[in-house]
Formats: sequence, structure tokens, C-alpha cells
Amino acid sequence: MKILEEVDPPLRDESYLRGRKQGYPPPVMSIPNLLRAASLLIGSLLFGAANAQHEGHGQVPQHDVVDSTVAAVVAADTDAPKLALEEAEHGGRFDAGKLIMGHIGDEHGWHLWGHTTLPLPIIVYNTERGVSVFSSSHFDHGHKTYGGYMLHEGSIVATKAEDGTDVHHATIDEPLTKATWDISITKNVMSLFISLAILLFVFIGVAKAYTRRAGQAPTGFQNLVEPIILFVRDDVAKSAIGPKYMTFMPYLLTAFFFIFLNNLLGLVPFFPGGANLTGNIAVTLVLALITFIIVTVKGNKHYWHHILAMPGVPGWVLFILTPVEILGMFLKPFVLMIRLFANITAGHIIALSFFSLIFVFGETNAGAGYGVSVMSLAFTVFMTMLELLVAFIQAYVFTFLSAMYIGAAVEEPHHH
Amino acid sequence: MLLASLVEPSFGLIFWMTLSFLVVLFILAKFAWKPILNGLKEREASIADALNEARKAREENAAMMAKNEDLMRQAREEREVLLKEARDIRDREIAGAKAKAKAEGDALLARAREEIRNEKNAAITEMKNQVAELSILVAERILKEKLGDAAAQKALVDKVISEADLRKS
Repeated sequence: MKILEEVDPPLRDESYLRGRKQGYPPPVMSIPNLLRAASLLIGSLLFGAANAQHEGHGQVPQHDVVDSTVAAVVAADTDAPKLALEEAEHGGRFDAGKLIMGHIGDEHGWHLWGHTTLPLPIIVYNTERGVSVFSSSHFDHGHKTYGGYMLHEGSIVATKAEDGTDVHHATIDEPLTKATWDISITKNVMSLFISLAILLFVFIGVAKAYTRRAGQAPTGFQNLVEPIILFVRDDVAKSAIGPKYMTFMPYLLTAFFFIFLNNLLGLVPFFPGGANLTGNIAVTLVLALITFIIVTVKGNKHYWHHILAMPGVPGWVLFILTPVEILGMFLKPFVLMIRLFANITAGHIIALSFFSLIFVFGETNAGAGYGVSVMSLAFTVFMTMLELLVAFIQAYVFTFLSAMYIGAAVEEPHHH
Repeated sequence: MLLASLVEPSFGLIFWMTLSFLVVLFILAKFAWKPILNGLKEREASIADALNEARKAREENAAMMAKNEDLMRQAREEREVLLKEARDIRDREIAGAKAKAKAEGDALLARAREEIRNEKNAAITEMKNQVAELSILVAERILKEKLGDAAAQKALVDKVISEADLRKS
């Protein structure tokens, strides 16, 4: 337990601990790359379903237990009992699943180290209450209510309780929560802004170098990005799209560098890295959606003809083929979304799982923890190396497949 | 719950991602990708041009060298011809001069000979005349001495007449 306290204080953060009562085992990951995406997806869907079922009966008794404990603790109102409460709440046991999910998920406020958290703006729009903007520090790591809102399992819910009420005493106002739209600058949004700022800074700077030193050999940062730009242009856009590639270069380049940069930032364990942005389904959803929109808008007659009525296919087969083709239209970007999300998230989960082994073993015996740490460290280093490779490969795969889909949409019919 | 939230896209992030990504996409497209791609294209074009030009220059150089060689050869040939002509002219001149000189010499010689002959003839004539005069003088003197008397004159005339007869026969 001592190791735990020193090395990973956020474990005691309540936001990680609430809900772990439901006692899900940490996800077991199969190592082979092909399986891991599938297992994660299926696994999460199963957990999700199981969780939804649990919520119905599980929550009420749980709240009762917690509330009674909290009532006792709040009366004492010191730090020590609070720690004791947290100890009691998670039974003094290390939960790898909670740790991992905390790291790959999103949060309001950016946990930097120890008890230091960078407060981030909370922006909430409620159809009845209007817009509220305040610092995430008012939530006190999810312990307190503020402005009629509080954190519940990582997301913002509406409550009628007064400001500063302990969340355990506040009740969720369901109808108001339904009318609440959370557009807070969360850790992932902040990371998104940081990465976009880096992209703007780097590439506008590089662009200046191109105009200033027109026609001359590249220098400095140009040398770093030029081979990648040429790679995207020649090996991705030109080879997959063909003669019309120039129109799509801005999107492909932006997508490539955005994914690549964020994959790399996700590997950096501390600020401003550490957010699992490209492993977040909302981000990959937007990227895939842009690809889908480009393909759909730019698709030519030839493309639609192939989807709606594949030439050279007998009429009755079209009854099967056309629905399949239409499904494929949506499936392609969907797969883009899942692939990037699953690969990056799975990589993080595996690396963190190896890391968690130290504490799982350390809990039974400090010596075992130290012993396992050597092996865990080796595996984590190995995984990180692998993730460096994956960071590039996934950026490439996303860009290349996007280019392929665009290429199929703008391809001119072959003259036989 | 957390695990389920992983595959459940959050509205806030979709909102910010769409907004900021599109804004950045447009900014980058206008202020970064356009100049970068144009710069790359221009540089590639300029490199291709430079290579082409270098090849053209090399070809031109080779053509020029060939032309130079040709010119040199022509010049050499011309020089040969000129030299030959000059030699011919010289030879002709020399030959002409020689012939002229010889002719002049001959003419001079001939004139000299003529003059010599004339002088000789004149000298001979004069000599004859003088000899004749002298002879006459001598003869006069002799005659004066020897033929001072009539007998002697008569003897002589006889003698000359006899001799003359002899000579005539």
C-alpha cells in the first residue's frame, strides 16, 4: 500500500473510485494485434450492456451505503477520515481497471501530479438555465456541487443542491440533466487545442520558410516535415487518388499530422501530453465523418453508379448488392473511426496494464512489487516503442484509407 | 460505466473537435499547405529545369566543341591552301624574275658583244686607216728617199707591176 500512496495518488481520487464497487474485473487484453481491437470493442460493448443492467438495481443500495459513511465523515470534517473513507470505499485494494480507464478517458480539469490539478473551464449550456462558465476547480475534484451542476461518473449532471454541497448529498435532477449540453474545455479538448496550436505554429512557420527561401534546399524544421509531406503527397495522395489529388492534399496532410502528433503526445506521460485524444471515439468520429462527407460530396457519377447499380451485374443480384454497397458507404468511415480509436486505446491499455502489474503484485508483497517492476518496466518500454511505430502506422493507415475512399469516389470511368 | 463511456462519443469533444479542426484545417490549407505545396512544386520544377538546362548546356557545349573542331580543321585546310598558293606564287615569281633577269642579261650581253664588235670593227678600221696612213707616210718617206731619182722610181714601178701580176694570177 505504501508504494501506492507514493507513486499514484490519483488512485485515491474519488472520481476513479466511484462506481468501482460494481466490481468489474480489469479488461484482459490479448496481445496479438489483430485480436486486440476486436476484443476491446466486443469487451466494451459487453461491459456497457452489463453496466446498464446493473445501474438499475445496483445504484440505490450503493448510494445508501456511501451516504451513511459520508454522513459520519462529514461530521468529523477532517482530512484523515476522508482518506479513511476512500480506503474503505475501495477496500484498500488497487484497481488496475480504474487506473487505466482514468488514464485513457477524459476528465474535467487536468491532473498534473500528486494533488495538483490544472483547472479547466467548465462550459455548460442548459436549455432552461442558459450558459454557465466557471472553473473546474469549483467542483473540488468532483466532490462538490457548483452553479447547479456536479460531476457524476466523470460527466456533468444538473442538481438543485446549493453550491459547495458534497456530491453525496446532492441528488441528480434528471430532466434538467437531459437539457444540459456540456461543451467544457476538458482535458481532451485542452489537448486538442494544444495539438492544433502546435500544428499551426509548426506548419505556418515551415510555410514561411518555403516562401522566404523559395527554390532553395530545406533547412531546420523543413527537413523534418518535408519528407513526411512528400510521403503523404506521393505515396498516399498521388497513388490512391490519382491526378485530382491536389484538391484533397490539405485535408490529408492535416489529418495525417493531427493524428501523428496526437498519437505521439498520447505517449508522453505528463503535461502537455498524456491525453488519449486519438484514442477517443469522439475525435476519430469527427475525422471519419469529414472523410465521409468529402467522399459523399465529391463522389462523381461513376461512383454513385457503382453503388446504386453496379454495372455488368444481373438485375436480381442488385437487390442484394445495392444494399451491401450502401452499407459499405457508411461502413468504411465507421471502420476508420473504430480502427484508429481501438488501436491507440488498446496500446495505452496494454502499456498501462503492464505498469499496473507492479501495484497488483506490490499490494500482496512489496518485494514482489519491486521484482515485477523490472519486468513490467521492460514490457512497458517495449510497448512504448511499439506504440511509436503504431503512432506513425495508424496516421498513415487513416490517411491512406481516406485517400483510397476519396480516390474511389473521384475516379473517372475506365475506357474499355 | 467508464468503459462504456469510452465507446460513447461525448458531445463536448465532438463539438470542439469539429469546430477547431475545421478552423485549423482552413487556416492550414490557406497559410501552410498552399505555400508549402507550391514551394515544393516550384522547387521540383526548378530542379527539373536546372537539370534540363544542364543537359542542354552540355549538348550545346558538345555541339560547340564539334563546331570548333570543324572550324579549326577548315582553318587548317585553308592555311594549307593559302600556303601552297603562296609557295606557288613565290616559285612563279622567282621563276619569272629569273627568266627576266636572264633575258635582260642576255640582251645586255648581246648588246655588249655588239658594241664590242662595233668597237673592234671601228678599231680595226681605224687601225687600218692609221696603218694605211702610216704606210703611206712610210711609203712616202721611203719613196722620198728611194725614189728621189727617176731610175729608182722606174725600177720600183717595174718591180711592183711584176709582183702585182704574180699576185693577180
